[in-house]
Amino acid sequence: MEKLVTLQIDGRSVTVPAGTMIVDAAKKLDIIIPTFCYHPKLKPAGMCRVCLVDVGRPQIDRATNQPVLNEDGTPKIVFGPKLETACTTPVSEGMVVWGATEKVMEARKEILEFLLTSHPLDCPVCDKGGECPLQNLTLKFGPTESRFEFDEKKHLSKHVPLGELIYLDRERCIQCGRCVRFQDQIADDPVIGFSERGRSIQIVSFSEPGFDSIFSGNTTDICPVGALTTADFRFGARTWEMENKASICTQCSVGCNIIYNTRREVKSGKIVIKRVMPRQNEEVNEIWICDKGRFTYHYANSPERLTTPLIRRNGELVRVSWEEAIEFAAQKVKAAGSKLAVIASGRLSNEDLYTLKKFSTEIEGKAILHTTISGGDWVSRVGMAPGSDLSKLEKGSTILVFASDLHEEAPLWWLRVKGAAERGATLIVANARKTRLDKFATHTLRYRYGEEAKALDEIISGKSEISMAVKEAENLVVFYGSDGLGLAQSAYVAEKLAGLLTSTGHTGKPNNGLIAVWQKGNDQGAWELGYKTDQHLEDTISAAMGVYIAGADPVSEDPGLKIALQRAGFIIVQDLFLTDTARLADVVFPAQAVMEREGTAVTGERRMQYYAPAVCEPEGTRPDHSITCAIAQAAGMSLTVATTAEIFEQMTAAPGVFHNITLNQLRETCEQWPRIGRNEVYYAGTAFDNKDGLGVILPLNQDQEKPLPAAIPEAVTVPQGQFLAVPVTRLYDRGGTVITSDMVKERITRNLISLNPKDADKIKAAAGDRILLHLAGRDIEGLLGLDNGQPEGVVLVTRSMGALLSTPALAAVSVIEPATQKS
Amino acid sequence: MSDLFLLRHRTIAGLNQLSIYLENGGFKTWKKAVTAQKPEDLINEVKASGLRGRGGAGFPTGVKWSFLPNNIWPHYVVANSDESEPGTFKDREILEYNPYQFLEGLMLASYAVQAKDAYIYFRGEFWQIARRFDERIAELTASGYLGDHLFGTDYSLRIHTHLGAGAYICGEETALLESIEGRLGQPRLRPPFPAVEGLFGLPTVINNVETLTNLPVIIGEGAARFRSVGTEKSPGTKIFSLSGRVKKPGNYELPLGTTFRELIFTHGEGIINDAKIKAIMPAGASSALIPATDVALDTPMDYESVPALGGQLGSASVIILDETVNISDLVKDTVHFFKHESCGKCTPCREGTYWMSCIIDRIVSGKSKKEDIDLLLTVARNMQNKCFCALGEFSTTAVVSAIDKFRADFEARLES
Amino acid sequence: MNQLLRKHSLEVEKILAKYPPDQKRAVVMPLLHLVQQEDGFISRERMQEIAEIAGITTTEVASVVGFYTLFHDAPGARIKIQVCTDVACDLRGAREYLNGLCSQLGINPGETTEDGLVSIEEVKCLAACDHAPMFQAHIGDALEYHENQTVERTLDWLKSMIASMKSPASAVEKKTTDDGGSHE
Ligand SMILES: Cc1cc2nc3c(=O)[nH]c(=O)nc-3n(C[C@H](O)[C@H](O)[C@H](O)COP(=O)(O)O)c2cc1C
Ligand code: SF4
Ligand code: FES
Repeated sequence: MEKLVTLQIDGRSVTVPAGTMIVDAAKKLDIIIPTFCYHPKLKPAGMCRVCLVDVGRPQIDRATNQPVLNEDGTPKIVFGPKLETACTTPVSEGMVVWGATEKVMEARKEILEFLLTSHPLDCPVCDKGGECPLQNLTLKFGPTESRFEFDEKKHLSKHVPLGELIYLDRERCIQCGRCVRFQDQIADDPVIGFSERGRSIQIVSFSEPGFDSIFSGNTTDICPVGALTTADFRFGARTWEMENKASICTQCSVGCNIIYNTRREVKSGKIVIKRVMPRQNEEVNEIWICDKGRFTYHYANSPERLTTPLIRRNGELVRVSWEEAIEFAAQKVKAAGSKLAVIASGRLSNEDLYTLKKFSTEIEGKAILHTTISGGDWVSRVGMAPGSDLSKLEKGSTILVFASDLHEEAPLWWLRVKGAAERGATLIVANARKTRLDKFATHTLRYRYGEEAKALDEIISGKSEISMAVKEAENLVVFYGSDGLGLAQSAYVAEKLAGLLTSTGHTGKPNNGLIAVWQKGNDQGAWELGYKTDQHLEDTISAAMGVYIAGADPVSEDPGLKIALQRAGFIIVQDLFLTDTARLADVVFPAQAVMEREGTAVTGERRMQYYAPAVCEPEGTRPDHSITCAIAQAAGMSLTVATTAEIFEQMTAAPGVFHNITLNQLRETCEQWPRIGRNEVYYAGTAFDNKDGLGVILPLNQDQEKPLPAAIPEAVTVPQGQFLAVPVTRLYDRGGTVITSDMVKERITRNLISLNPKDADKIKAAAGDRILLHLAGRDIEGLLGLDNGQPEGVVLVTRSMGALLSTPALAAVSVIEPATQKS
Repeated sequence: MSDLFLLRHRTIAGLNQLSIYLENGGFKTWKKAVTAQKPEDLINEVKASGLRGRGGAGFPTGVKWSFLPNNIWPHYVVANSDESEPGTFKDREILEYNPYQFLEGLMLASYAVQAKDAYIYFRGEFWQIARRFDERIAELTASGYLGDHLFGTDYSLRIHTHLGAGAYICGEETALLESIEGRLGQPRLRPPFPAVEGLFGLPTVINNVETLTNLPVIIGEGAARFRSVGTEKSPGTKIFSLSGRVKKPGNYELPLGTTFRELIFTHGEGIINDAKIKAIMPAGASSALIPATDVALDTPMDYESVPALGGQLGSASVIILDETVNISDLVKDTVHFFKHESCGKCTPCREGTYWMSCIIDRIVSGKSKKEDIDLLLTVARNMQNKCFCALGEFSTTAVVSAIDKFRADFEARLES
Repeated sequence: MNQLLRKHSLEVEKILAKYPPDQKRAVVMPLLHLVQQEDGFISRERMQEIAEIAGITTTEVASVVGFYTLFHDAPGARIKIQVCTDVACDLRGAREYLNGLCSQLGINPGETTEDGLVSIEEVKCLAACDHAPMFQAHIGDALEYHENQTVERTLDWLKSMIASMKSPASAVEKKTTDDGGSHE
């Protein structure tokens, strides 16, 4: 039980947990104590001194240890000679705080004056104008004019790039250190820091590339002035011209809650996205998002977007009308009947997937989920139960992360798991290579790629500290990813881990369960709707008369699939871009991006969330479900075209995990703590209030048919002179929703292939060399990177970089062209 | 000259050589403490002596030691050899000429709180002194005075040197700890106090060089001997660093309670050219300016009497100003010092020292308006009681007292 | 390859041994001193090497370099003269001494002579107030105090220093020059 403390602020009484700082206690009473350096997510610093208040404490009689009483029987309160900083002073029983006396207001004004005399008064052109705590607090508490001479104001550089993504305006910086502390304490990337001292103190970055952190954008949100801005938004728009459109980031399976800030452009008359901001959801992303989510939305505006249907004529894809394309596709579908394979991905909404599933059921075809990992049916049965919240995990709980590099695969989960470890949760990181989570782990388990089964055995049946920590944990959360795994291996991993959770009694209760680290925003939704992965997709496609692919690009992942698809009778593709898969199609339909439409999606934690359109769709595009319905209708099937809302109604009326869930439930909010809202005079950042729903965690899906037992993956022996090539996931890859953004161009992983430096020495290769990987039957070419943290004898091949490796395989490696010979 | 507890090298030639220090009874106290005394005995003796910290704040040393929790280990002791207060040069003399007595003191303090590692934090400019200390520590280790299982007991002690690199703020004890830990020398929030969460997050004692140098006397010769000089509340001797417009500047070890007059006129031999004395700064650049009235000159220099004059004894770096000095010039120096040394962490100090320096420059160069004097005073007052640490507060004392007591000097600049 | 570690492995070991193994960051300042003694300043490559040894980022090392005035991130003059002009020294003629010295060398405080040999800077109190005017000189890896100075005395010393630097045979002698001020 938390200990509670009662105190008085400005004559009003409030009860808060012991350890709460005075500022936060005041917030509970809606009493404004201004702050700059304080941020509720960071450790208190007490640097800016604007939060000074008068603090009194009951006088205690040393002899009796009892409070001294006034004549009227009330406790005698003694005030110190100095004001105290409300942001660093924890509350105590019987404390009396005065936050608006003349002395306090004077002090506040003086501190504000100090800050303002060094601050440029360029609010009319500042990006923060309209949402600036300094501006707001000055209006409320500041001096009306400054007595210091303007001539002597230090003039400093205003456009200092800390990296290509974040710019610093040195004049506007008030040295509150929030950004530096965020990078150090939360992101664990202290790549920006203070340099020099006194009035010359300034923010610098010496990393290469500059400000090298995947969380860098968050510093611009929590900067209380306009000193830090993103290259994306600088001078982009005035804050009050923009609209806030709530949405969900679908770049990975965390499902961060975001806001698209949009504005109607005068020139084009079109509504466009100006920036992406986090939207507070303490149970999902708190108030943070990663840079991939923040900077890659540009794909929606790409000139490469498909806007008319295409049909193959004489070997060429040519533009045709919707009617013609639909009719053409319908004829093909009718002809194929049950010999049609339907392939979809987690980029689609539940409504799309539901429709597509119905479609395939009606023709008695197959509904296949195209993804890198398997085992979602297990997640559906033993995933996170309703009421779960990663931020509640602390001492007593155990988190096991198996075969995943969370920092790269799901950055926000990395942050949250790190947070839990810092609060005292036992963290076990099991992986074949070193990852950035190791540093926070209580235990690390290093196994060899290909020997995952053995490692699982050790955890499940062993007697080691790790096994004990897993079994005896009060709560157990297990993440598994696809680091070095293909579908077969991950299916096995999921089954074993699900068994572990069940046998140790860690299922069906809050803060327990299995989480798969999917690559796409709604992979879990697909599993909940009954989609399965297909380990023999090549055979399936080869045997099919036709293939209908929605939102997936299997060809870019697997060369076998390319050959199989070329043999397939016909191919229907719906997508945003003319992907490698679409290039093979007989008919291509232009679909819509997530920010252009509404829908629901399910995160890896099994939270169902709703998103509304933020911008208008490009003319000529349609939502995936309506394309499916149109084809079905034309083919004489029972499916008819419906709105997203109507499909949602059908879906939640049908039996299954979505049964009885309402839109209102998904859009429900409650007061979140800490309070971040932008309408307050002071706040903890520009992160947005969540007025659009926190989503709901789905009930566990026990009714689903039990998954078939997975085969034990064969342990691979690597012959002398050969390597084991394994696929791994990196944050910035060459996926269509990443490369289309100019912003992150510099950050996209360059090396496709990575070796331990010792292995590189053996084959006389150096970083940057062009390398050839000879796999059975084909070669992969790419740039070499070196990584001390990976085991010897292994080649890491990055997914979604154009290299076609989806499952571990033996390979030989040779140098084609050394880096030094290139110009 | 009265008893010397600290500057004993002035009467014993070559005391900075180990053999000579040993010949004069050196490290006997140390050996006895480790082999025959309990740590509490040492703490009690120091408490009984009434020794107060010589680094500036005058906090009772024995009391400070007893704050260390006995359920958190290891403990550390850090010697503060940052000596950077303008006008202070006493620790340097000890470090160069009587280093072993200081080391023995540091060792006794370490034993008293059962620290097995102690650090000496030297200001970066004391680079050569620090090198000599590395040699001396090696020498003591070789001779069995430092190292493992001292004198066959379970107690082990290692001493390490750490060099600063030019930052006055690192004399402030928490900034000093940050600096050892490899960070910017910016002060830490308190609480937690270093006694509970100090170096590397562990209980730590931080003492000034002069404070520590007193210990072999107190432990070796007894608290009573120590108390035989000085005053009841400020016992012992103190090294007064006398500088400024006196004929004979230098360090003078005198009983606490000696008057300013005796220091300045007897030991310092009076004012250069026998000019008229104008003001005293008893605690370096951080001092208030005390007009040199007869009352002031006859005030005993101890931890109670100087505050009664509106000043602080601080580290007893007594700077003398005579009638040739225009006080606004002096204020310009102090303000520039603090502007240069402000660590930049907190708003009032970072901004205030900058604005004070702009205004005083204007005043001194004769380019200012009359209002500027009040503006300077306002800026200083606005800083007061709001800074994160004492440095910011220190920067205002000379300014406020100067304008208060010597406003005419500032006004004279306006007219020129 | 970490050049610093390779060249000074013993010295680095010794420095690491001063601090608890889980507090490696504490080696930053000693390593910066080591580098500066050797190179006269701290280059970005060296900062990277130190970061690697201390287990922190280059930015964190650079922050430390930026905070402390004795660390330099660019090469300076061969002989750096730093005159204390703080309160107590100023009261004893340090400023006149500084101005005299500067005019003799034809530079302003903060500047370096044209031949790149000598620079003069003003600094804050060096704890030698009773022997003002005084300066501290950085020459190569040495830092030395010169007390009780006059312009002539300093110029003489400079002449001999420059001469000894030009003659390859004699190494620079490093010791505190306590010209006259003693503590008897
Ligand atoms: C700005 C500032 C500078 C200080 N400089 C020194 C110093 O150079 N040497 C010193 O011993 N104490 C200095 N102190 C005092 C120390 O913080 C600390 O109180 C002292 O080292 C404790 O030792 P003592 O109890 O033996 O005096 C300084 C304090 C402040 C606020
Ligand atoms: S008062 Fe503030 S800026 Fe000045 S030294 Fe202390 S913390 Fe740093
Ligand atoms: S000091 Fe309290 S908010 Fe900055």
